[in-house]
Amino acid sequence: MTSDGSGDIWVVTEQRDGRTKAPSIALIGKARKLAGERQSRLTAVCLSQVVEDAAQLAAYGADRVYLLDGPVPDDWNDDAYVKELVDLARREKPDVILATSGSLSSSVIPRMAVALDTGVSPNCISLDFDHQSRMLVQTRPAFGGSLMANVVFPNRRPQIATVRPHAFKKGDPDPSRQGEMIRVDFDRQAVSAKTKLLNVVKDLSGKVRLDEAEVVVCGGRGLGKAENFQMVAELAEVLGAALGTSRPPVDDGWVPYAHQVGQTGKIVSPRLYIACGVAGAPQHLAGMQTSEIIVAINEDPRAPIFEVATYGMVGDLFKIVPLLTKKLREARG
Amino acid sequence: MNVIVCIKQVPAKIKIEIDPKTSALASGGVDRAINPPDLYALEEGIRIKEKTKGKVTVLTVGPAKADESLKEAIGYGADDAVLLSDPAFEGSDTWATSLVLAKAIRKIGQFDLVLCGKQSIDGETGQVGPMLGEALGVPFVSLVNRIDELGQESIKMMRMSDEGHQLIEMTLPGVITVVKEINVPRIPSLRGLMAAKKAAITVWNARELGIDPATVGMAGSPTRVSRVFFPQRASQGEMLQGDPESQVEQLVERLRQTRAI
Ligand SMILES: Cc1cc2nc3c(=O)[nH]c(=O)nc-3n(C[C@H](O)[C@H](O)[C@H](O)COP(=O)(O)OP(=O)(O)OC[C@H]3O[C@@H](n4cnc5c(N)ncnc54)[C@H](O)[C@@H]3O)c2cc1C
Repeated sequence: MTSDGSGDIWVVTEQRDGRTKAPSIALIGKARKLAGERQSRLTAVCLSQVVEDAAQLAAYGADRVYLLDGPVPDDWNDDAYVKELVDLARREKPDVILATSGSLSSSVIPRMAVALDTGVSPNCISLDFDHQSRMLVQTRPAFGGSLMANVVFPNRRPQIATVRPHAFKKGDPDPSRQGEMIRVDFDRQAVSAKTKLLNVVKDLSGKVRLDEAEVVVCGGRGLGKAENFQMVAELAEVLGAALGTSRPPVDDGWVPYAHQVGQTGKIVSPRLYIACGVAGAPQHLAGMQTSEIIVAINEDPRAPIFEVATYGMVGDLFKIVPLLTKKLREARG
Repeated sequence: MNVIVCIKQVPAKIKIEIDPKTSALASGGVDRAINPPDLYALEEGIRIKEKTKGKVTVLTVGPAKADESLKEAIGYGADDAVLLSDPAFEGSDTWATSLVLAKAIRKIGQFDLVLCGKQSIDGETGQVGPMLGEALGVPFVSLVNRIDELGQESIKMMRMSDEGHQLIEMTLPGVITVVKEINVPRIPSLRGLMAAKKAAITVWNARELGIDPATVGMAGSPTRVSRVFFPQRASQGEMLQGDPESQVEQLVERLRQTRAI
């Protein structure tokens, strides 16, 4: 696909329980700005027809909202999503496709890209149009956040990027903005059933999810034992934060692997990251050093975590953390 | 069961320098190792081979010296290793890399399951596994943390999802990416280390793989890195002084000011 640089911009949005996730809304806002810069049309694509807040997508900037698929949203149906997106993109030839990184970017987005004969630049933290070449310049961290790269698509279209949650701030909705709502029915039978969802275990539902959280409270080996995680869990609760951990507490069975931050765990980039009793090994920093504000609580003033900390507190976490929780709780009233 | 494991050779330490002239990564002289997340894929592949009396073939796309990582993989227990190496592959992005891997797997012919690590620690894209699945035209499942049942025709496994876990059945052949939780990799045995030393690594180049050099490398890749740079830290860190009470007070005040809370 070639393009004169004025084609459509798509944002593939994610919903949970019929409502659009906050990072998708923020991405729509960013895409609105990009679309405005070159008079492109902005399309929000939803992978389900049950989207209660579809009007919101228009209010935040979408000119059109595509509601794909049948009336029943799925817990998992990557094969169908890939097919639907590929069919639609082949027909409409968008110039840019954006999505938030996370569950879609570990499967659906890269598979869609290959089927469309183009690439992906994943986990971006900034997106800008180059006005001369009219190409999208995608900035992404690599090497554990210690290096940044600008990525462009010299001649392949669409230009596909996923962005980290919180890379962009949520815009202001304009309730008077109207978008065109378009239902696209999809023939499920046409998807060859090579994968099948047999069961769903929602062991994390209801909790704040690490990848999406605006605030992460992380407890390291400095907590000493499993029971002490209650202390960081309480701090997380007052802040509405997700609970993170370093690798040793996972290896010792104190905390499930889903909470591990770092090179062999999850890479997060929240607005606020509070590290309690975490030394700051390179493999841990690789998972969090692009966070906006980093608070480090550690008794060892030479701990490497202080090198990336916005605010450092040398001291005993068993004193500092409960005080902080108390203070924040009081402030909440 | 024929298992294929795709690994990447990466810098052993994440310390990097940029060549000021070419703005490319200066990688000369850096110790290199198997990408840590790939060790879980390798271990799982070897376990499947042991259970099914099968065979594990390890593939990597890389320069000549990437054969060290393939030898290391043989040390762990892989049977065979193929280095996919050609000057034409240099500068390949994830799309071009998965194309090279797909060509190699087709050349091997018979395979049941392809395993990849969740992502590499240098490029951090996590895209090669899913792209490979699509390039091969076989089913794909990401972030597998447990294999429950492995049959001739299908595999049942748990994967990590946003909400927790999902039990998925996939027909074979197929491609999966795995996470650390799936196993604890073994230490290579003495016998393995001896085998690694003696191992002859097969090398396939673009011609042997039937790849048109224009479709891979820098020229054939859909994406191109136009610039690399070190991130700027917004501000120097501040150490909060005083007793715990006053440290906490200062912190809350600053977080309020920056509207972080
Ligand atoms: C291939 C590979 C991959 C890895 N992947 C990851 C990964 O994904 N994520 C990860 O986190 N690690 C990873 N690691 C491990 C990493 O190298 C470190 O070992 C790990 O991050 C250390 O965790 P920690 O900081 O919690 O523990 P420690 O290194 O034990 O540090 C504990 C810290 O707590 C402080 N402390 C102790 N008691 C108190 C107290 N009462 N009050 C205040 N502070 C206190 C100590 O001063 C110390 O700094 C990986 C390692 C390898 C080799």
